[in-house]
Amino acid sequence: MPKKDLSPELPNSNRREFLVSASSTVAAGVIAAYAPANAGVWAADESTAVRTDGLAIEGMVPIALRINGKDHQLRLDPRTTLLDCLRETVALTGTRKGCDHGQCGACTVHVNGRRVLSCLNLALLHDGNEITTIEGLGTPEALHPVQAAFLEHDAYQCGYCTSGQIMSAVALLKEPCGPDDAAVKELMSGNICRCGAYANIIAAVQQARKGA
Amino acid sequence: MHNFEFIRPEDPAAAITTAAQAKTAQQGAEVRFMGGGTTLIDLMKLNVETPARVLDINRLPLDKIEPMPDGGLKIGATVRNSDLAYHSSVQHDYSVLSQAVLSGASAQIRNMATVAGNLLQRTRCMYFRDTAMPCNKREPGSGCPAITGSNRTLAILGTSDHCIATNPSDMCVAMAALEATIHVQGQKGSGAISFGDFHLLPGSTPHRETVLEPGDLITHVTLPPPTKESKHVYLKLRDRASYEFALASAAVVLTIASGNITRARIAFGGVGTKPWRSHEAEAVLAGRPAIDANFRKAAEAALRGAKPQSENGFKIELARRCLTHALRTALTS
Repeated sequence: MPKKDLSPELPNSNRREFLVSASSTVAAGVIAAYAPANAGVWAADESTAVRTDGLAIEGMVPIALRINGKDHQLRLDPRTTLLDCLRETVALTGTRKGCDHGQCGACTVHVNGRRVLSCLNLALLHDGNEITTIEGLGTPEALHPVQAAFLEHDAYQCGYCTSGQIMSAVALLKEPCGPDDAAVKELMSGNICRCGAYANIIAAVQQARKGA
Repeated sequence: MHNFEFIRPEDPAAAITTAAQAKTAQQGAEVRFMGGGTTLIDLMKLNVETPARVLDINRLPLDKIEPMPDGGLKIGATVRNSDLAYHSSVQHDYSVLSQAVLSGASAQIRNMATVAGNLLQRTRCMYFRDTAMPCNKREPGSGCPAITGSNRTLAILGTSDHCIATNPSDMCVAMAALEATIHVQGQKGSGAISFGDFHLLPGSTPHRETVLEPGDLITHVTLPPPTKESKHVYLKLRDRASYEFALASAAVVLTIASGNITRARIAFGGVGTKPWRSHEAEAVLAGRPAIDANFRKAAEAALRGAKPQSENGFKIELARRCLTHALRTALTS
């Protein structure tokens, strides 16, 4: 018996369009009702000072963040974590949400040059601060030395923890850390890798440290 | 997360006035000071804490480490754990504190977490963190399922029929051994609290964890002048080598002259309902030869009052060996 196609009967040429428009409608509904922090996604543009006032919803708080060298004027629900602000409001999705409770390190970013967990941070705590995410480190053409070392040493498998690992490693270059692998392991212990790529991660970090 | 009003007070006085409007400064406080947020935001996501107002104290002038005229050290409330641990005076004169702080959490969390926040760090007891479960600490009178349930990581010292939750802090264990003083500003003025008096035993009121009243703002901690020629060791035993809470830990500050212990300050982590200073162990060691037999006697004395639960009896011997080994390490360091 031929397999029955369970997908809705839609002309092929329109299917993608339909899905896009349906998800936009849903997303817009969500924004208005529950997640005003998302408003910025729709207003973001490429100018250096992006103003995304969002929708006029009660309780939104204005905040200025400098993210990867670019100024952002945002209005946020006070509950918005720095992680959700980066991913949902500013649409920088390189920073990953793993556990969302400070136990995995996937959400590591730099605030004023120091590595922190963006999931255990309210964005509002960082008004005026300078945030660096994985998108602000290097470019595909000019990788940061730590990014290049991760590539060379195959320091990942699924890649989900990688941006957090790299942000941690870049900060580690400027922290007090003994020369041996044990010292690196200790200072990288806040970044969990479920694939277990630890040996290659340590090798990559050590190579980057030699070049630093 | 429940919604809240985010307020950045201009100065400590404004912070205190606003916080004083709360009915309690303990579990369920309507107003919370926020430092690094590493405990509070976590608990707000779990709906364990649901403050109506959050006061951002990070921009108040409470972030300095300064020498005191008496030779001691003044540590501001919002000093980050990493700044504390790597401060040259702390590393040189109060090494046990540096070791303890660096044994806790991860590098990222240490860059966020503050001294005052660490003083108020909440238990990791899974029943406290799960609003679907009863918990006398979170909801007074609802019961303690940990006593008949999962209690492997919970306390053996200072427990009651109402609560066996462990205090999870490493920093506090070192501060207990260093005999730190906690300085608080409140509506009625400022006060100094000896470290041992700051945290409360659970008794029949486990929701009251400290002596703080509404409006009380921890401004700084002071350490007495360093004890000359003292040996400092913090030993932490846990299920994995890093980024894990203690099953048992020991802070040791030991002064030895001609093979005799002239002064000993001992505190435990991971086994008590509060940071656990052991005057019993100190009394055994004071004036006696610094030898293994006396280290073991001190450990025996320290754990004499321990009460094991169904799953955590191993902690009694673990804590004994932890202290014995820490003392040996101090002797040879």
